[in-house]
Amino acid sequence: MKDATAPAGDRPARAPRGPRRPPRPASRRPPSRLPLNTGALIVFVLAAFPVYWMILTAFKPTPEIQAETPVFWPTSLTLEHFATAARADGFAQFWRNSLLVTLTCVVLALVVALGAAFAVARLRWKGRRGFVLMVFVAQVAPWEALLIPMYVIARDTDMLDRLPTLTLIYFMITLPFTVVTLRSFLTGIPVELEEAARVDGCTRSQAFRRVTLPLLAPGLLATSLFGFITAWNEFAFANMLIIKNQDDRTLPVWLSSFSNVFGTDWGATMAASTLFALPVLLLFLVLQHRVAAGMAGGAVKG
Amino acid sequence: MSRPAPAGATGGVGARVRGLWPYLLIAPTVLGAVALLGYPLVRNLLISVQEYGMGELIRGDAGFAGLANYREVLADPEFWEVVRRTLWWTLLNVVLIMVLGTLVALMLQRLGRAMRLLVTSGLVLAWASPVIATTTVFQWLFASRLGVVNWFLTRLGFASFEGFSWTADGTAAFVVLVLLVVWQSVPFVAITLYAALLTVPAELHESARLDGAGGWRIFRSVTLPILRPVFGLILCLEIIWVFRCFAQIWAITGGGPHDATTTLPVYAYRIAQSLHRYDLGAVVSTLTVLLLLAVLIPYLRQLLRQEAEE
Repeated sequence: MKDATAPAGDRPARAPRGPRRPPRPASRRPPSRLPLNTGALIVFVLAAFPVYWMILTAFKPTPEIQAETPVFWPTSLTLEHFATAARADGFAQFWRNSLLVTLTCVVLALVVALGAAFAVARLRWKGRRGFVLMVFVAQVAPWEALLIPMYVIARDTDMLDRLPTLTLIYFMITLPFTVVTLRSFLTGIPVELEEAARVDGCTRSQAFRRVTLPLLAPGLLATSLFGFITAWNEFAFANMLIIKNQDDRTLPVWLSSFSNVFGTDWGATMAASTLFALPVLLLFLVLQHRVAAGMAGGAVKG
Repeated sequence: MSRPAPAGATGGVGARVRGLWPYLLIAPTVLGAVALLGYPLVRNLLISVQEYGMGELIRGDAGFAGLANYREVLADPEFWEVVRRTLWWTLLNVVLIMVLGTLVALMLQRLGRAMRLLVTSGLVLAWASPVIATTTVFQWLFASRLGVVNWFLTRLGFASFEGFSWTADGTAAFVVLVLLVVWQSVPFVAITLYAALLTVPAELHESARLDGAGGWRIFRSVTLPILRPVFGLILCLEIIWVFRCFAQIWAITGGGPHDATTTLPVYAYRIAQSLHRYDLGAVVSTLTVLLLLAVLIPYLRQLLRQEAEE
């Protein structure tokens, strides 16, 4: 998203290339900048502080955490809380469970959605509008209202306390969104490219694999990132459907009951939260540029 | 993400059976939707007209109960109390989210490059952090002992906040949850609206300015009409999101204290899980879906309208 913004008129010389915004008259700038930048700083602090505080607490020595006056800038760092969190009963197991469920669901959703997105974006067929409508409806399905029937169904079919049940549900939660996003990315890739490849002797599948798929890569990445976040975060179903077999719990459920594990050891709790947030933040960091480019591509569709 | 087999593009034989291809391609999606979404919805409806308690769950011999469950729920004053609270919860959160989100988006548009990068990174950080992680962090921020918020408020001169327990008081717990949900949602609204603002052609602003329009006037007559479709979509999404909100409430207050933070999803869950009245829980879920439809229908109409324009 950032890439799409042209310099905000600070350099009028560049204006002819990408005049997205009117250059501001120089005389009006100084008085209007200060309150604006102050506001921006406040927004930044409010947005970032909780995340900063989480990470900081996780690294702070216990005496500083328990100081009557909060220490906003640590004097020394420790890994002790991470050790406590990692040693906690079952933590590694829950981490693995979460990762397994999430990755399986994301890959499954991508493969299934790619087919559907291709059919909607590239082929003309009867019932296409109806299908798109179904996907839109599924995208806003009130999942929280389905907790009870899911519990009953899972119980009847002997699927309670099993990770594949969660994987299937997460697959369906992320699928509609994945279809919609992939379709908009596909629409953004000119079909002429594929046609040209076929004129050059490629079969339809070769043309798709060699020409369209590489161009679709940012779209696949962006989409899988959001699928990953959704599944990694999911709490309600994991909380409802994994009850007896505690080994199959996932991280969100475990973390939500942190007080049973850590009591009021906030250092360890924040270390656990940090470890939970880590994969998502890392993915964001690594994929940020591609995702931004991809989202811009998706937004410009049509 | 290297190369997921493109199920549909194996087209050697594609030429001959072309008429079937689209349907084969969408079949897994349709199948998933029917089995994992359609069936549970139908089952929910079914349970809501059955007598379904712990015994029926174990024996699997639920009998038909007609509308008795609906009568029982609708006659319960507690249910109406929860509905009122859910609507108030949704209204308060959504108004705050939309107003703050719009303001931040407009601010982003006016910032210099460096400041904009800073604020965007902060927003992305808040947005990307997992909900349960930040929910846990807010419990730490608002902890009665050693919590930063209590320390800050005490420093500001509100001495009564020293050692104040936010989750023991109904209103205070409600406030914490509102702050959490608003904090989690504003970044998405701000970033999406900002992206939409970028599509407003600069020439429009310029000509409006040349015609002597002021800032507010430009916003109302130029920016707003262009933002309206996106704004409408985000508004609907946020209403749905806030209305359905479960994890945050359950993790922080469990619906308490004294039901002060029990909204419809929490209520349905509690009836089913602690009272083992799955039938009544299903009734509440069905009524929740019906309430949500009021928001969903305009949302879908807007989506379809955009669809038709393409």
